[in-house]
Amino acid sequence: MALKMVKGSIDRMFDKNLQDLVRGIRNHKEDEAKYISQCIDEIKQELKQDNIAVKANAVCKLTYLQMLGYDISWAAFNIIEVMSASKFTFKRIGYLAASQSFHEGTDVIMLTTNQIRKDLSSPSQYDTGVALTGLSCFVTPDLARDLANDIMTLMSHTKPYIRKKAVLIMYKVFLKYPESLRPAFPRLKEKLEDPDPGVQSAAVNVICELARRNPKNYLSLAPLFFKLMTSSTNNWVLIKIIKLFGALTPLEPRLGKKLIEPLTNLIHSTSAMSLLYECVNTVIAVLISLSSGMPNHSASIQLCVQKLRILIEDSDQNLKYLGLLAMSKILKTHPKSVQSHKDLILQCLDDKDESIRLRALDLLYGMVSKKNLMEIVKKLMTHVDKAEGTTYRDELLTKIIDICSQSNYQYITNFEWYISILVELTRLEGTRHGHLIAAQMLDVAIRVKAIRKFAVSQMSALLDSAHLLASSTQRNGICEVLYAAAWICGEFSEHLQEPHHTLEAMLRPKVTTLPGHIQAVYVQNVVKLYASILQQKEQAGEAEGAQAVTQLMVDRLPQFVQSADLEVQERASCILQLVKHIQKLQAKDVPVAEEVSALFAGELNPVAPKAQKKVPVPEGLDLDAWINEPLSDSESEDERPRAVFHEEEQRRPKHRPSEADEEELARRREARKQEQANNPFYIKSSPSPQKRYQDTPGVEHIPVVQIDLSVPLKVPGLPMSDQYVKLEEERRHRQKLEKDKRRKKRKEKEKKGKRRHSSLPTESDEDIAPAQQVDIITEEMPENALPSDEDDKDPNDPYRALDIDLDKPLADSEKLPIQKHRNAETSKSPEKDVPVVEKKSKKPKKKEKKHKEKERDKEKKKKEKEKKKSPKHKKKKHKKEKEERIKGKKKSKKQPPGSEEAAGEPVQNGAPEEEQLPPESSYSLLAENSYVKMACDIRGSLQEDSQVTVAIVLENRSSSILKGMELSVLDSLNARMARPQGSSVHDGVPVPFQLPPGVSNEAQYVFTIQSIVTAQKLKGTLSFIAKNDEGATHEKLDFRLHFSCSSYLITTPCYSDAFAKLLESGDLSMSSVKVDGIRMSFQNLLAKICFHHHFSVVERVDSCASMYSRSIQGHHVCLLVKKGENSVSVDGKCSDSTLLSSLLEEMKATLAKC
Amino acid sequence: MIKAILIFNNHGKSRLSMFYQPYSEDTQQQIIRETFHLVSKRDENVCNFLEGGLLIGGSDNELIYRHYATIYFVFCVDSSESEFGILDLIQVFVETLDKCFENVCELDLIFHVDKAGLVGAPARAVSAVKNMNLPEIPRNINIGDISIKVPNLPSFK
Repeated sequence: MALKMVKGSIDRMFDKNLQDLVRGIRNHKEDEAKYISQCIDEIKQELKQDNIAVKANAVCKLTYLQMLGYDISWAAFNIIEVMSASKFTFKRIGYLAASQSFHEGTDVIMLTTNQIRKDLSSPSQYDTGVALTGLSCFVTPDLARDLANDIMTLMSHTKPYIRKKAVLIMYKVFLKYPESLRPAFPRLKEKLEDPDPGVQSAAVNVICELARRNPKNYLSLAPLFFKLMTSSTNNWVLIKIIKLFGALTPLEPRLGKKLIEPLTNLIHSTSAMSLLYECVNTVIAVLISLSSGMPNHSASIQLCVQKLRILIEDSDQNLKYLGLLAMSKILKTHPKSVQSHKDLILQCLDDKDESIRLRALDLLYGMVSKKNLMEIVKKLMTHVDKAEGTTYRDELLTKIIDICSQSNYQYITNFEWYISILVELTRLEGTRHGHLIAAQMLDVAIRVKAIRKFAVSQMSALLDSAHLLASSTQRNGICEVLYAAAWICGEFSEHLQEPHHTLEAMLRPKVTTLPGHIQAVYVQNVVKLYASILQQKEQAGEAEGAQAVTQLMVDRLPQFVQSADLEVQERASCILQLVKHIQKLQAKDVPVAEEVSALFAGELNPVAPKAQKKVPVPEGLDLDAWINEPLSDSESEDERPRAVFHEEEQRRPKHRPSEADEEELARRREARKQEQANNPFYIKSSPSPQKRYQDTPGVEHIPVVQIDLSVPLKVPGLPMSDQYVKLEEERRHRQKLEKDKRRKKRKEKEKKGKRRHSSLPTESDEDIAPAQQVDIITEEMPENALPSDEDDKDPNDPYRALDIDLDKPLADSEKLPIQKHRNAETSKSPEKDVPVVEKKSKKPKKKEKKHKEKERDKEKKKKEKEKKKSPKHKKKKHKKEKEERIKGKKKSKKQPPGSEEAAGEPVQNGAPEEEQLPPESSYSLLAENSYVKMACDIRGSLQEDSQVTVAIVLENRSSSILKGMELSVLDSLNARMARPQGSSVHDGVPVPFQLPPGVSNEAQYVFTIQSIVTAQKLKGTLSFIAKNDEGATHEKLDFRLHFSCSSYLITTPCYSDAFAKLLESGDLSMSSVKVDGIRMSFQNLLAKICFHHHFSVVERVDSCASMYSRSIQGHHVCLLVKKGENSVSVDGKCSDSTLLSSLLEEMKATLAKC
Repeated sequence: MIKAILIFNNHGKSRLSMFYQPYSEDTQQQIIRETFHLVSKRDENVCNFLEGGLLIGGSDNELIYRHYATIYFVFCVDSSESEFGILDLIQVFVETLDKCFENVCELDLIFHVDKAGLVGAPARAVSAVKNMNLPEIPRNINIGDISIKVPNLPSFK
């Protein structure tokens, strides 16, 4: 034995280790592959040996080779062997190799289950750690199912090192085995409050990752995260939480409102750029979710934009890049606030970093308006000239086209300018995007009828300079432009100034060097051109001229007939014959022009890209039905005896002919396709764009177009687009002047206005009318096309399975599968390991019990929080109702607080749904004068004891703007206002908004209360400047803040058993009160107490109910409310007698009003 | 989530790669090549973020990289990661390597791939770094078994 070991270690000395391998590879630069294959052979030999050290060394080398791109899946079994080595150093190598090379398809992976379980429960934390780390890389659904419970147990391990890893790996387990999410979630949630910051942040990470995919299931965690956010100082955790909130806010706008303040505080206070950036991002997300109807957040937007501006102006390229990135998010909802930073964005275009330039380009896309489009494009054009590197230039080119063509050319006021931009772009050398320009030219020429004349003149100029284009740019795509140019000149040849000249240009010998598809278009359009020339000449009676043109055609067309391109050849020879025929007719003096141009009669209209798909199948048409009965061969097949064994026949029971037909049909279709594919003469359907020659539905539909005469129509050569910018300015100026005149003639104009086409682009608020009265033809869609929007959701999304409701209580069936010891024993583990396993698994059981209790507590807490939330929601509703002066009848069917989750409770809070309650508001009037009305509501703070939040609604009732509002409150010994740092007690606290006339808004202030047992009042003054047309005046309004004891109570649910215990405990003092003359129903009475005094109903029996609430400082308040005839008695018990008596006094006042 | 960590030198030679999603070896190599082409074209003093290539890209992912001397450290992450955070993480990772190897240079990575990989693993368990303390390097583990002599070559750094 000893000898064997010695021999083993001697062997090892001669083995290559990883370093030798690396060195060897470096020394065999020329024949690396050969050297490596030699090494792999050696490794294979080593793997055959018994010595585990040798094996580990071999696997170690394999890991390296895997990294270099060699497949090592053949060694999977050996890797498992090394994984199961008892020595940590070997085990680690094994797991490393496994994590790199194992995946779901590895078949031996199922052998690892027990080994991993053993390692997970190993007494050494490093064994456990390495197993967890490895498992995270190759966990499969099976492994996840089998090990989920073990890993969950590890989440409560004593060592944070293990807890942390276990929490992290749970995410992978959830992904592979979604059923584990619900059972494991409570514990995961618990880890959010783990004492170890590492574990805590791991839990935050996992939940954030989960919530990112299915945010709605995690909304209930928002209060917890909110607490973490306000308490945590760990920037990493903060970033994650803030990112999570970004995902949650779109689902819950109320959350967003709450977030704005702490986030803006963070933005102001943090010095960490990463945190600042994420805060800004989330604020943006909040603002997007709130974008409707929250005008007062412009301050937040301004703050974001300002901060981003600072980022963008920074010299650090990373900040700049991310600043631009975030800016583009704001752009989507608040384009105005970004547009003011146009200068900055344009500046970024000059940046040397391409990524930054591209980001800036993205931004520009959203920033254009009718006003600045020309200017921006001009700037971009200069960049196109300057740009080095074709990719960036191409990007610029596509961006220019994108910017101009976005939303149906919405921002283009002058299409002549756009055409000339396109023409200028054709001078770009080496661009790949010729086809893009061509497509734009075609699109504009077809859809903007007014521009055709101009477009044709430009295109003919392009064709004329075609030799220039064709010679130098054949290699790159710019010659595609000629495709468009030729087509436009041909199709709209009636607009050509010198058709003959263009015809000659198109028939130049150089043209034959163009790509085939362009030549084909040339040939086709030459005929169109020819037809229109012919017509002109004949109308003018120039028979000779007509014959000369024909002769030109006959002379030049043969060059196309010889083309190698089939399409060109075919068209050319066809047309050549046609022209020869015409020539014969011309010789006999027969007028032919009519007939030739009849070939191209009709108008082409653009067809929407999805039109074909959306043609509805007419009723009663079955596209799969046979038109003619199928031939009898299938029947004869049936009769053949051997058909019984035919696979398809078997699937064709006779009593279900329709299905059989379908199958048969599919088979035949396939066969037909095969046949067609093999048939050289079959013309396959080509994906060429659908062109429809319509019978012109009437020329009167084409609007009469007036072209602004300030623009010269005949532009010699290629025009510079710049001139349009000047012209445009002049034009706008003139327009302004005209507008004044027009005002006088408004009546007349109204008459005229009726004639305008309905699809005219609406005039922008900037009052820039387009230069041409342009009729943008909308794309054609088939009649009664179905508005079908495809479902974007990917059914294969792995995160879909994790869309699980986490708030439902756990069912027994959902427990994680727990493996029995039998499994641990079957693995060949040494005997002594077994007890360890047992111990380990017993401990957690105890823990689990405890854990369950904790869980229940948690559940309660959660409910509390939710309940706290819901009355607030109610209040908001009321506020709105009040503002909108809507009678509450519709909305009176409000939800009693917490009715959903209180399903298990004996009695529900407040009023049941069937009974109507008048709308109530918790906002009480504070003070009012002719300028302003103040109403306030005081709520206990959720997070801090002895703090209350006072929400003051300020409504401007005057016609002046209220500015510079300041609130000064005289603190008492007992209650103090929380003021911003550095301000003294006597300073006023500014109200963070201004109020335009008729607007109301809410400001929140926090007060710290020492003792809450008695009610108290604070004097305060609101000072403000009222500004209107006449001037500004300083005004004041005194008010008294009344802190009632009820406002210190927080609605808290309580179970009847807990309630009974509380009463039994005997530490509560008692007091009672009775009110007579009450006619209100008991139901409504309870609802009133719940609403105004923040109680919740514990139990209700007939006309008797027990209620509970808690103060912000933790006093329990229990009530027994009994209703007699016309009277109500309230018995209260509370841990503080003063508080109780004050409360009962308040309650008496409320009840007296009933 | 971090999708992959790629470390390669100025010539695109892979020095360490960790993929946290299964890819075949060929795809892995292709990703590395593609990433190298994307990254190597970029000047110094430009920003450290890149939209991913086709393979590991996708709309959600981006590449965040840093260039130290002769080596690129590229992290491929999805949008749940903070960009600045990852930049810091790379910094921490390199500092950790530096601690491990005392004045880390490319050769360290070449010859101690296994060790570097192990350093990388805890660095990835992001939580460790999230405390912003350097992760505890598993020094307390006995790495002695794989004791390696660093060849006496001039440092690349």
